[in-house]
Amino acid sequence: MSNDFRQDAATPIVIVGHVDHGKSTLIGRLLHDTDNLPEGRVAQIIESSRKRGLKVEWSFLLDSLQIERDQGVTVDSTRIPFLLGNRQFVIVDAPGHRQFLRNMITGAADAEAAVLVIDAAEGAQEQTRRHAMLLRLIGIRHVIVLMNKVDLLEYDEQKIAASEQAVAALLKQLDIEPSLFIPASAREGDNIASRSPKMEWYKGPTLTEALALVPSPAGRADLPLRLPVQDVYRFDAKRVVAGRIERGRVNVGDTLVIGTHGTTARVASIEGWHAAPQISAVAGQSVAITLEPDVIPDRGDLLHRPEEAPIRTARIRSRLFWLRQEPLRVGESFRLRLATAEHQVTVASIDSVVRLDDLTEHASDHVPPEGFAEITLAASESILFDAFTPGTTDGRGVLVDRHQRIVGGAPLIGPADIASGTRAIHPTDSTVSLWDRAQARGHRGGVFWMTGLPGAGKSTIARAAESRLFGQKIDVSVLDGDTLRAGLCADLGFSEADRTENVRRAAAVARILAETGQVVLVALISPRAADRDLARQVVGEGFHEVFVDADQATCEARDPKGLYQAARAGRITGFTGIDAPYDVPATPDLHLPTGAGSVAEVAERLATYVADSVALAESTRRRS
Amino acid sequence: MDDLDQLEAQSIYILREAYRKLKPLAMLWSLGKDSNVMVWLARKAFLGRVPFPVMHVDTGKKFPEMYRFRDEYTRKWELELLLGDCPPVEEIDPTLPPAARSAARKTAGLAAMIEKYKLEGVIAGIRRDEQATRAKERVFSPRGSSHKWDVRNQPPEFWDQYATPHEEGVHIRVHPLLSWREIDIWRYIEREGIPLVDLYFSKNGKRYRSLGDQDITSPIESDAATVAEVIAELQTTRTSERAGRAMDHESEDAFERLRVAGYL
Ligand SMILES: Nc1nc2c(ncn2[C@@H]2O[C@H](COP(=O)(O)OP(=O)(O)O)[C@@H](O)[C@H]2O)c(=O)[nH]1
Ligand SMILES: [Mg+2]
Repeated sequence: MSNDFRQDAATPIVIVGHVDHGKSTLIGRLLHDTDNLPEGRVAQIIESSRKRGLKVEWSFLLDSLQIERDQGVTVDSTRIPFLLGNRQFVIVDAPGHRQFLRNMITGAADAEAAVLVIDAAEGAQEQTRRHAMLLRLIGIRHVIVLMNKVDLLEYDEQKIAASEQAVAALLKQLDIEPSLFIPASAREGDNIASRSPKMEWYKGPTLTEALALVPSPAGRADLPLRLPVQDVYRFDAKRVVAGRIERGRVNVGDTLVIGTHGTTARVASIEGWHAAPQISAVAGQSVAITLEPDVIPDRGDLLHRPEEAPIRTARIRSRLFWLRQEPLRVGESFRLRLATAEHQVTVASIDSVVRLDDLTEHASDHVPPEGFAEITLAASESILFDAFTPGTTDGRGVLVDRHQRIVGGAPLIGPADIASGTRAIHPTDSTVSLWDRAQARGHRGGVFWMTGLPGAGKSTIARAAESRLFGQKIDVSVLDGDTLRAGLCADLGFSEADRTENVRRAAAVARILAETGQVVLVALISPRAADRDLARQVVGEGFHEVFVDADQATCEARDPKGLYQAARAGRITGFTGIDAPYDVPATPDLHLPTGAGSVAEVAERLATYVADSVALAESTRRRS
Repeated sequence: MDDLDQLEAQSIYILREAYRKLKPLAMLWSLGKDSNVMVWLARKAFLGRVPFPVMHVDTGKKFPEMYRFRDEYTRKWELELLLGDCPPVEEIDPTLPPAARSAARKTAGLAAMIEKYKLEGVIAGIRRDEQATRAKERVFSPRGSSHKWDVRNQPPEFWDQYATPHEEGVHIRVHPLLSWREIDIWRYIEREGIPLVDLYFSKNGKRYRSLGDQDITSPIESDAATVAEVIAELQTTRTSERAGRAMDHESEDAFERLRVAGYL
């Protein structure tokens, strides 16, 4: 017998639905009725069921863990190979409990089709809605609805139809067009692998017939090329770039653009070991290529053809399924993982949150655990991506916290409209333009964001520069951290989230003032680079980062407010420079060391820099 | 791409992720068919070399053929081999059934090696279709300082994004073969011409389908004497692969208890 038959890869099918609606039972039944169980398994199941005083419990096939059997609930997803005729499937059993949503997603995310199991007697429940919502967010297009337990409705056509209609209405709200509704009883085996004699009125396919109709995953070889760099190796004096082709095709001789650098290089070779020499490779393959000239890309760089560039933006609109046990709030920062790339992002706004009871969208200031939302992410650099598209790996963003834990899935929709986030503070119908204001005042507005350790001299220098600038007829004001904390930000503490919110508010106020034409000196420790990037995003044009630089020892020696002493004594915690980090600005617009010169000298340098920055150049033209 | 190409590409992707993110990293080489496939896939991923050590946790009870195989291919494949041994069975939890106790020795031996080499990543060749609790594994499975598998609290894993917590004492078990079935392993062995110990092939009407320690593994009735014949046999067989492994069958939860405690 020859074994060199070629087979298609297995099609993953996820079984989802509310807890106890019969998912595990269905799978047990399906495997049994299609002869997919190894010898002895059925005897084991009967034995395990008997031990717990149950009739044959098919769910024990997949609920293999002791706690699952003892408590009769699926905790984690199982993937189990399944053969139907010559076609390979992988059946994924997903837990229905809300508490185990992360496990449900783990099982469901790469499925080609889903079977949504609904207890026909009970109808859609909370997790039915949550799972349906997730199917949409993770991009599963083929949904088969299995109306289960129809034995409890005496196989009655009318009763089943009524239950079906309610479910259809729910799915319609989510833009899910189920390919089928199958009335079935998993426990009794009706319409699973064989047609039920008790429902002759039903003419549609059985579950196995429906599965056979699920299309195989579509090829992605003909789409524009996306090759994210996974790693770069140097073996035997040769540098190879490794990665998986997410879509499209790579040919030796192709010219490719490398990530955001925009450098181009030619594909010199496709390397391999124990494989036929290749001059071309397609989507799905893990390749290793050499480039000419021998440029060195970084992990995360996206290789693409010059004429087929992806979206490039630093503000992204994204959907979100939130998995952390605490709610998400505006201003929080994460790493956004996108294929092999990682970017620092901040949640700039929560645009709407889904209310699960009726699947409608509402404004909210937070996303609850296991919640769904639409948010805007602000990145510290431009990001290259393609909008999320079901059936491809495009736009599959994942949010990761500081401990490298995955806290949410973020299907990226597209670039965010910057104007929409700022509408409230800059009415589009204002007849007074920035230019008008600048003409009237004799200078432009601007924000000078002074960051530095406590005691570095931010407030002192800001005040000294303020009076100098005022003397030059510049309309200037100072936003001082301590002043803000006493009033506008009195409700905030020093947790990471609160610090970020503090920065966000300061930036928002500074922006309003700058838009009226004022020069604003912000004196705020703002220790995190991500927060300062957020401030830059909020303020937009006219933002200048000023690093007020004194080393920690100097600051501690000065200790004008006695805070270092208090922190050292453990009376205050989370104090920047002692037990909370300070990210030194990598490329400040102005670097002001305060250790050497006098206050007057340093303030003079700042005032000069500010005055130059806001001056109206002769050549400035009136913008319309 | 056919199914084997896809499995291969996915495994290479996983191996490259592990190599990039986990240091130091080592691969468990039990000398069985799955771990030979795994070493082979590593050579595919890294263009003919294995850029990290392979580890053999030696129970001292393997078949002599396996030790010979190990020495031959360590040389031929230019592997950096780390050897570790296991504590005597008297030191193992006496409440476990006898064969499971024998398997638990290996867990202890593995734990000692992870400690010794301060490993952050350990690549292991388990598959979902082997055993029901393995079907619930993650590709990157974090293990705390006690090496326990926290089945009730596994991290989410989707869209090829894997957990890589960098905390003191945490290591990651990496499972590049999780999606492979037994028959896929054999078809790949056939396609690539991957060498195996002879014990897998029929002699006098018997062969081993799965290779563990000598004292707790038994052969099956079979006339399959070549890779092609094994594949043909698997296409019709109804018994499970680990039927010959005593420790799986001593009690309903024996295997889960082993795994929770850090067994593969
Ligand atoms: N009457 C009836 N009971 C069913 C049917 N399918 C499942 N059940 C029962 O519903 C309960 C929950 O089933 P299970 O498969 O564990 O649900 P899961 O939480 O969705 O996986 C078990 O007691 C099953 O025996 C069915 O078609 N008819
Ligand atoms: Mg279940």
